[in-house]
Amino acid sequence: MVPIAYYLVLAAILFCIGIAAFLIKRNVITIFMSIELMLNAVNLTFVAFAHMWHQVSGQIFVFFVMVVAAAEAAVGLAIIIALFRTRQTLNVDSVNLMKN
Amino acid sequence: MQTALFIIFGIAAIAGALNLLFQHHPINSALSLVVVMMSLAVLYWSLGAEFLAAAQVIVYAGAVMVLFVFVVMLLNAGVEEHTSGSKIAYIAGIPGAAAVFALLAFVFLKNKAALGTTQLGGDLNNVVSNLTEISHTLFTSLLLPFEATSILILVAILGAVVLARKEL
Repeated sequence: MVPIAYYLVLAAILFCIGIAAFLIKRNVITIFMSIELMLNAVNLTFVAFAHMWHQVSGQIFVFFVMVVAAAEAAVGLAIIIALFRTRQTLNVDSVNLMKN
Repeated sequence: MQTALFIIFGIAAIAGALNLLFQHHPINSALSLVVVMMSLAVLYWSLGAEFLAAAQVIVYAGAVMVLFVFVVMLLNAGVEEHTSGSKIAYIAGIPGAAAVFALLAFVFLKNKAALGTTQLGGDLNNVVSNLTEISHTLFTSLLLPFEATSILILVAILGAVVLARKEL
Protein backbone atom coordinates (compact mmCIF):
# COMPACT_ATOMS: atom_id res chain seq x y z
CA MET A 1 0.00 0.00 0.00
CA VAL A 2 2.12 2.85 -1.28
CA PRO A 3 0.44 6.27 -1.44
CA ILE A 4 -0.03 7.61 -4.98
CA ALA A 5 1.71 10.79 -3.78
CA TYR A 6 5.00 8.89 -3.36
CA TYR A 7 4.88 7.76 -6.99
CA LEU A 8 4.25 11.38 -8.02
CA VAL A 9 7.16 12.59 -5.86
CA LEU A 10 9.42 9.96 -7.44
CA ALA A 11 8.35 11.22 -10.88
CA ALA A 12 9.05 14.81 -9.75
CA ILE A 13 12.55 13.80 -8.60
CA LEU A 14 13.30 12.17 -11.95
CA PHE A 15 11.86 15.16 -13.85
CA CYS A 16 13.99 17.65 -11.88
CA ILE A 17 17.14 15.57 -12.38
CA GLY A 18 16.24 15.66 -16.09
CA ILE A 19 15.93 19.47 -15.98
CA ALA A 20 19.30 19.79 -14.20
CA ALA A 21 21.00 17.43 -16.67
CA PHE A 22 19.45 19.33 -19.60
CA LEU A 23 20.89 22.62 -18.29
CA ILE A 24 24.30 21.36 -17.12
CA LYS A 25 25.32 18.87 -19.80
CA ARG A 26 27.27 20.24 -22.79
CA ASN A 27 27.19 17.15 -24.99
CA VAL A 28 24.24 17.27 -27.39
CA ILE A 29 23.62 13.49 -27.14
CA THR A 30 23.46 13.65 -23.33
CA ILE A 31 21.09 16.63 -23.52
CA PHE A 32 18.86 14.53 -25.76
CA MET A 33 19.01 11.69 -23.20
CA SER A 34 17.87 14.03 -20.42
CA ILE A 35 14.82 14.95 -22.54
CA GLU A 36 14.01 11.23 -22.70
CA LEU A 37 14.40 11.07 -18.91
CA MET A 38 11.87 13.90 -18.47
CA LEU A 39 9.41 12.17 -20.83
CA ASN A 40 9.74 8.97 -18.77
CA ALA A 41 9.09 10.85 -15.53
CA VAL A 42 5.89 12.33 -16.97
CA ASN A 43 4.85 8.85 -18.16
CA LEU A 44 5.13 7.62 -14.57
CA THR A 45 2.68 10.32 -13.40
CA PHE A 46 0.27 9.32 -16.17
CA VAL A 47 0.37 5.66 -15.11
CA ALA A 48 -0.03 6.59 -11.42
CA PHE A 49 -3.10 8.73 -12.16
CA ALA A 50 -4.54 6.00 -14.41
CA HIS A 51 -4.19 3.63 -11.46
CA MET A 52 -5.81 6.17 -9.15
CA TRP A 53 -8.91 6.70 -11.33
CA HIS A 54 -9.18 3.00 -12.34
CA GLN A 55 -9.29 4.17 -15.96
CA VAL A 56 -7.24 3.07 -18.95
CA SER A 57 -7.03 6.50 -20.65
CA GLY A 58 -3.84 7.48 -18.82
CA GLN A 59 -2.14 4.36 -20.14
CA ILE A 60 -3.31 5.19 -23.68
CA PHE A 61 -1.69 8.61 -23.22
CA VAL A 62 1.59 6.94 -22.23
CA PHE A 63 1.35 4.73 -25.32
CA PHE A 64 1.08 7.79 -27.57
CA VAL A 65 3.92 9.55 -25.72
CA MET A 66 6.10 6.47 -26.33
CA VAL A 67 5.26 6.47 -30.05
CA VAL A 68 6.03 10.17 -30.44
CA ALA A 69 9.23 9.82 -28.37
CA ALA A 70 10.45 7.00 -30.61
CA ALA A 71 9.83 9.13 -33.73
CA GLU A 72 11.48 12.11 -32.03
CA ALA A 73 14.55 10.03 -31.11
CA ALA A 74 14.99 8.87 -34.73
CA VAL A 75 14.73 12.40 -36.18
CA GLY A 76 16.79 13.98 -33.38
CA LEU A 77 19.66 11.54 -33.75
CA ALA A 78 19.63 12.08 -37.53
CA ILE A 79 19.92 15.83 -36.86
CA ILE A 80 22.84 15.15 -34.47
CA ILE A 81 24.60 13.10 -37.17
CA ALA A 82 24.08 15.89 -39.73
CA LEU A 83 25.35 18.42 -37.16
CA PHE A 84 28.47 16.37 -36.49
CA ARG A 85 29.13 16.08 -40.25
CA THR A 86 29.10 19.85 -40.76
CA ARG A 87 30.67 21.11 -37.47
CA GLN A 88 32.85 18.14 -36.37
CA THR A 89 31.74 18.71 -32.74
CA LEU A 90 29.10 17.55 -30.29
CA ASN A 91 29.53 20.47 -27.88
CA VAL A 92 26.45 22.71 -27.86
CA ASP A 93 28.58 25.78 -27.01
CA SER A 94 30.38 25.56 -30.37
CA VAL A 95 27.11 25.35 -32.32
CA ASN A 96 26.36 29.09 -32.32
CA LEU A 97 25.82 29.94 -35.99
CA MET A 98 22.50 31.70 -35.31
CA LYS A 99 23.79 33.59 -32.24
CA ASN A 100 24.42 37.38 -32.60
CA MET B 1 5.41 -6.59 -1.59
CA GLN B 2 4.49 -3.38 -3.38
CA THR B 3 6.30 -1.23 -0.83
CA ALA B 4 9.45 -3.32 -1.29
CA LEU B 5 9.19 -3.07 -5.10
CA PHE B 6 8.59 0.68 -4.91
CA ILE B 7 11.55 1.31 -2.58
CA ILE B 8 14.03 -0.92 -4.45
CA PHE B 9 13.19 0.22 -7.96
CA GLY B 10 12.51 3.83 -6.98
CA ILE B 11 16.00 4.05 -5.49
CA ALA B 12 17.41 2.30 -8.59
CA ALA B 13 15.69 4.85 -10.84
CA ILE B 14 16.94 7.83 -8.82
CA ALA B 15 20.47 6.39 -8.66
CA GLY B 16 20.46 5.84 -12.43
CA ALA B 17 19.23 9.37 -13.08
CA LEU B 18 21.88 10.87 -10.77
CA ASN B 19 24.52 8.75 -12.49
CA LEU B 20 23.35 10.15 -15.84
CA LEU B 21 23.82 13.64 -14.40
CA PHE B 22 27.30 13.09 -12.94
CA GLN B 23 28.97 10.91 -15.57
CA HIS B 24 31.11 12.77 -18.09
CA HIS B 25 31.15 10.15 -20.83
CA PRO B 26 27.96 9.82 -22.97
CA ILE B 27 28.12 6.01 -23.04
CA ASN B 28 27.99 5.86 -19.23
CA SER B 29 25.02 8.23 -19.26
CA ALA B 30 23.25 6.07 -21.86
CA LEU B 31 23.73 2.89 -19.83
CA SER B 32 22.48 4.53 -16.63
CA LEU B 33 19.41 5.73 -18.56
CA VAL B 34 18.74 2.05 -19.40
CA VAL B 35 18.74 1.34 -15.63
CA VAL B 36 16.16 4.13 -15.10
CA MET B 37 13.91 2.78 -17.86
CA MET B 38 14.04 -0.81 -16.63
CA SER B 39 13.18 0.34 -13.08
CA LEU B 40 10.28 2.38 -14.45
CA ALA B 41 9.04 -0.73 -16.29
CA VAL B 42 8.84 -2.58 -12.96
CA LEU B 43 7.00 0.38 -11.39
CA TYR B 44 4.50 0.40 -14.30
CA TRP B 45 3.93 -3.31 -13.73
CA SER B 46 3.33 -2.76 -10.02
CA LEU B 47 0.73 -0.12 -10.94
CA GLY B 48 -1.15 -2.63 -13.11
CA ALA B 49 0.06 -1.45 -16.52
CA GLU B 50 1.42 -4.74 -17.86
CA PHE B 51 1.29 -3.72 -21.51
CA LEU B 52 3.18 -0.48 -20.85
CA ALA B 53 5.81 -2.34 -18.81
CA ALA B 54 6.49 -4.63 -21.78
CA ALA B 55 6.41 -1.70 -24.23
CA GLN B 56 8.79 0.27 -22.00
CA VAL B 57 11.33 -2.55 -22.06
CA ILE B 58 10.99 -3.21 -25.80
CA VAL B 59 10.62 0.34 -27.16
CA TYR B 60 12.64 2.45 -24.71
CA ALA B 61 15.24 0.18 -23.13
CA GLY B 62 15.47 -1.80 -26.37
CA ALA B 63 15.01 0.28 -29.50
CA VAL B 64 15.58 3.89 -28.43
CA MET B 65 18.59 3.26 -26.22
CA VAL B 66 20.22 0.98 -28.82
CA LEU B 67 19.83 3.90 -31.24
CA PHE B 68 21.49 6.24 -28.71
CA VAL B 69 24.39 3.89 -28.02
CA PHE B 70 24.77 3.33 -31.78
CA VAL B 71 25.05 7.08 -32.43
CA VAL B 72 27.52 7.55 -29.54
CA MET B 73 29.69 4.79 -31.01
CA LEU B 74 29.29 6.07 -34.60
CA LEU B 75 30.32 9.64 -33.76
CA ASN B 76 33.08 8.42 -31.41
CA ALA B 77 31.87 10.83 -28.71
CA GLY B 78 34.46 11.40 -26.01
CA VAL B 79 34.44 12.98 -22.57
CA GLU B 80 32.65 16.33 -22.70
CA GLU B 81 34.68 19.47 -22.16
CA HIS B 82 33.41 22.21 -19.90
CA THR B 83 33.20 25.82 -21.02
CA SER B 84 32.12 29.10 -19.44
CA GLY B 85 28.49 28.43 -20.38
CA SER B 86 28.31 25.40 -18.11
CA LYS B 87 29.28 27.46 -15.04
CA ILE B 88 26.25 29.73 -15.55
CA ALA B 89 24.11 26.63 -15.97
CA TYR B 90 25.45 25.23 -12.67
CA ILE B 91 24.65 28.46 -10.80
CA ALA B 92 21.16 28.92 -12.28
CA GLY B 93 20.20 25.33 -13.09
CA ILE B 94 20.63 23.46 -9.79
CA PRO B 95 18.62 25.92 -7.62
CA GLY B 96 15.97 26.23 -10.35
CA ALA B 97 15.49 22.47 -10.60
CA ALA B 98 15.48 22.20 -6.79
CA ALA B 99 12.81 24.91 -6.59
CA VAL B 100 10.61 23.12 -9.14
CA PHE B 101 11.04 19.88 -7.21
CA ALA B 102 10.21 21.54 -3.87
CA LEU B 103 7.01 23.04 -5.34
CA LEU B 104 5.88 19.73 -6.90
CA ALA B 105 6.71 17.67 -3.78
CA PHE B 106 4.88 20.20 -1.56
CA VAL B 107 1.72 20.02 -3.69
CA PHE B 108 1.77 16.20 -3.92
CA LEU B 109 2.46 15.58 -0.24
CA LYS B 110 -0.13 18.17 0.82
CA ASN B 111 -2.78 16.23 -1.13
CA LYS B 112 -1.46 12.83 -0.04
CA ALA B 113 -4.71 11.76 1.65
CA ALA B 114 -6.90 12.90 -1.25
CA LEU B 115 -4.78 11.04 -3.80
CA GLY B 116 -5.22 7.70 -2.02
CA THR B 117 -3.07 4.59 -2.04
CA THR B 118 -2.21 1.93 -4.60
CA GLN B 119 -2.65 -1.81 -4.55
CA LEU B 120 -0.52 -4.27 -6.47
CA GLY B 121 -1.81 -5.09 -9.94
CA GLY B 122 -4.59 -3.55 -11.98
CA ASP B 123 -8.07 -2.79 -10.75
CA LEU B 124 -9.72 -1.12 -13.74
CA ASN B 125 -13.48 -0.60 -13.72
CA ASN B 126 -15.50 -3.50 -15.28
CA VAL B 127 -12.89 -4.81 -17.73
CA VAL B 128 -11.40 -8.22 -18.46
CA SER B 129 -7.74 -7.29 -18.50
CA ASN B 130 -5.45 -4.34 -18.99
CA LEU B 131 -4.36 -5.40 -22.47
CA THR B 132 -7.94 -6.11 -23.61
CA GLU B 133 -9.09 -2.70 -22.48
CA ILE B 134 -6.17 -0.86 -24.09
CA SER B 135 -6.58 -2.61 -27.43
CA HIS B 136 -10.37 -2.15 -27.34
CA THR B 137 -10.03 1.60 -26.72
CA LEU B 138 -7.23 1.97 -29.24
CA PHE B 139 -9.06 0.24 -32.09
CA THR B 140 -12.54 1.67 -31.52
CA SER B 141 -12.78 5.20 -30.12
CA LEU B 142 -9.15 6.19 -30.75
CA LEU B 143 -8.71 4.60 -34.18
CA LEU B 144 -8.06 7.91 -35.98
CA PRO B 145 -5.25 9.09 -33.63
CA PHE B 146 -3.76 5.59 -33.81
CA GLU B 147 -3.65 5.73 -37.63
CA ALA B 148 -2.27 9.27 -37.46
CA THR B 149 0.66 8.01 -35.35
CA SER B 150 1.47 5.44 -38.02
CA ILE B 151 1.73 8.27 -40.56
CA LEU B 152 3.87 10.20 -38.05
CA ILE B 153 6.24 7.23 -37.75
CA LEU B 154 6.42 6.98 -41.56
CA VAL B 155 7.26 10.69 -41.86
CA ALA B 156 9.87 10.31 -39.07
CA ILE B 157 11.55 7.42 -40.93
CA LEU B 158 11.70 9.45 -44.15
CA GLY B 159 12.93 12.53 -42.26
CA ALA B 160 15.68 10.55 -40.52
CA VAL B 161 16.85 9.07 -43.83
CA VAL B 162 16.87 12.47 -45.55
CA LEU B 163 18.64 14.23 -42.64
CA ALA B 164 21.36 11.61 -42.20
CA ARG B 165 22.17 11.47 -45.93
CA LYS B 166 25.73 12.25 -47.00
CA GLU B 167 24.99 15.28 -49.21
CA LEU B 168 22.60 17.44 -47.18
